Amino acid sequence: MKKCSRCSKIATLHITEINDGKVDELHLCEACAKMYLNQPPDNLDEEFPAVEAEFNELLEEEDSEESLAEEVACPSCGITYKEFRSKGRLGCPQDYIVFKPQLLSLLDNIHNATQHTGKYPKRAPEASQKQFELIKLRNDLNEAVQSEDYEEAARLRDQINELQQEMSDET
Amino acid sequence: MKLDELTKTSGEWLRGSGPETDIVISSRIRLARNLARFPFPNRADSATRKEITDLLGTSLKELDRPNPLYVWDIGSLEEVDRQLLVERQLISRDLAEKEGARAVAISYEENVSVMINEEDHLRIQVLNSGFSLDECWESINQLDDQIESKVTYAFSEQFGYLTACPTNVGTGIRVSVMLHLPALVLTKEIQKVFQALQKINLTVRGLYGEGSQAMGDFYQISTQITLGLSEQQLIKKLQEVIPSILEWERRARKALVSANREALHDQISRAYGILQSAQTISSEETMHLLSSVRMGINLDLIHELEIPTVNELFIHTQPAHLQKLHGEKLESADRNIARAAYLRERLGKANEEAE
Ligand SMILES: [Zn+2]
Ligand SMILES: [Zn+2]
Repeated sequence: MKKCSRCSKIATLHITEINDGKVDELHLCEACAKMYLNQPPDNLDEEFPAVEAEFNELLEEEDSEESLAEEVACPSCGITYKEFRSKGRLGCPQDYIVFKPQLLSLLDNIHNATQHTGKYPKRAPEASQKQFELIKLRNDLNEAVQSEDYEEAARLRDQINELQQEMSDET
Repeated sequence: MKLDELTKTSGEWLRGSGPETDIVISSRIRLARNLARFPFPNRADSATRKEITDLLGTSLKELDRPNPLYVWDIGSLEEVDRQLLVERQLISRDLAEKEGARAVAISYEENVSVMINEEDHLRIQVLNSGFSLDECWESINQLDDQIESKVTYAFSEQFGYLTACPTNVGTGIRVSVMLHLPALVLTKEIQKVFQALQKINLTVRGLYGEGSQAMGDFYQISTQITLGLSEQQLIKKLQEVIPSILEWERRARKALVSANREALHDQISRAYGILQSAQTISSEETMHLLSSVRMGINLDLIHELEIPTVNELFIHTQPAHLQKLHGEKLESADRNIARAAYLRERLGKANEEAE
């Protein structure tokens, strides 16, 4: 059994690193491997926490002192936030409203975001469809600006103005 | 459509056509969806779960599609048939093994499968051969619209499509591709791929199970974020990163050939020889040797065999498939004998056809 090169536990992950032709063998235990793999990248601007591994940790770590809030039960399915924390699964769609304050910080940790910007149901009322479209366009615009695609950004900006005009005309 | 027919065919996604099929086996997109007026499956009592299964099963059966969906009640299938569906990537191990009312809807070509009452009410999946994520998205987006015209999904303006686990909320999407990376495994560079992917928040899984040593050197690369990025952005993320992994694998293959062509050719030929003549062989050894042979075909070191045949052998030599072919339950030792016989027969045929 190889020992972890950073502490003395048994190593479970073996990594061969090749930097400029130099080969380094790294042997790491689970805890150190996690830290190693989550190290911020050198040359990537996008970084999020690794979702699945961290999800359970987040649930465990959460401040359990707010015991009152923990005991509030969903009127629809009866689940409490405490139960959710131990199981990792919500009970029903309503829970996103009932536990919204706690979920907001959890979602921000997992996804680095708290607002949906993707597809929306065709059945939604027209007014909210336009709202969704607007959110999506703003998100696209952000991306276009970040990737310095100014032509696309200009096009999106026009589209957003047009839609906003449409929406204010209606109200 | 009968389940028994599956053992004679292979899914469309294994046919080995489409872009980059020397390395990309398949592209897959799944969407998690839930009905607005029911608790999630883990919190639904058995009567409710039954109601959900019936409601969704009927809706899926009735969709007006060029490739209609056939619905199976998982609970009433025999164990070997449930296992067969797992081996063909049509249902998850979890759906096969859990209790209570649950079902799956599958298209005849096996590109579409919709699990009912897995972790969410619906897990919609589209699977295509090769590197073809745009086609997957087009097809699954359309199917999702069709289902949505029949039922009301749980959706919130802020959180998007609501799911039992907050890790899936928003788009409910997981975009993935299955890669065959034997040279990166041989040259031990695969860990670097893992690290690079982890840093941009993509995950890597082995073909079967969650372990890091994938069976047969198959790895599934997937997105994990579902909130704050649109479906197209997530698809693009994978489309941008996969070409560099392909490049990496091709470079490793070239390096192996130029370092010692004879040794590599020898290793591949021996693998092929064992598969053609073994009298008893385990599933692990089969996967391992087939992986060598698959790379051998792509490197033009084996000529009489074709990629779709090898792709199919990976699936058909799995336990449930062998038992279906034999028509009876086989213990592990007998399975190894049956597997060797099946391989001799299939590879013998391939040789005859080539001559
Ligand atoms: Zn350590
Ligand atoms: Zn609830």
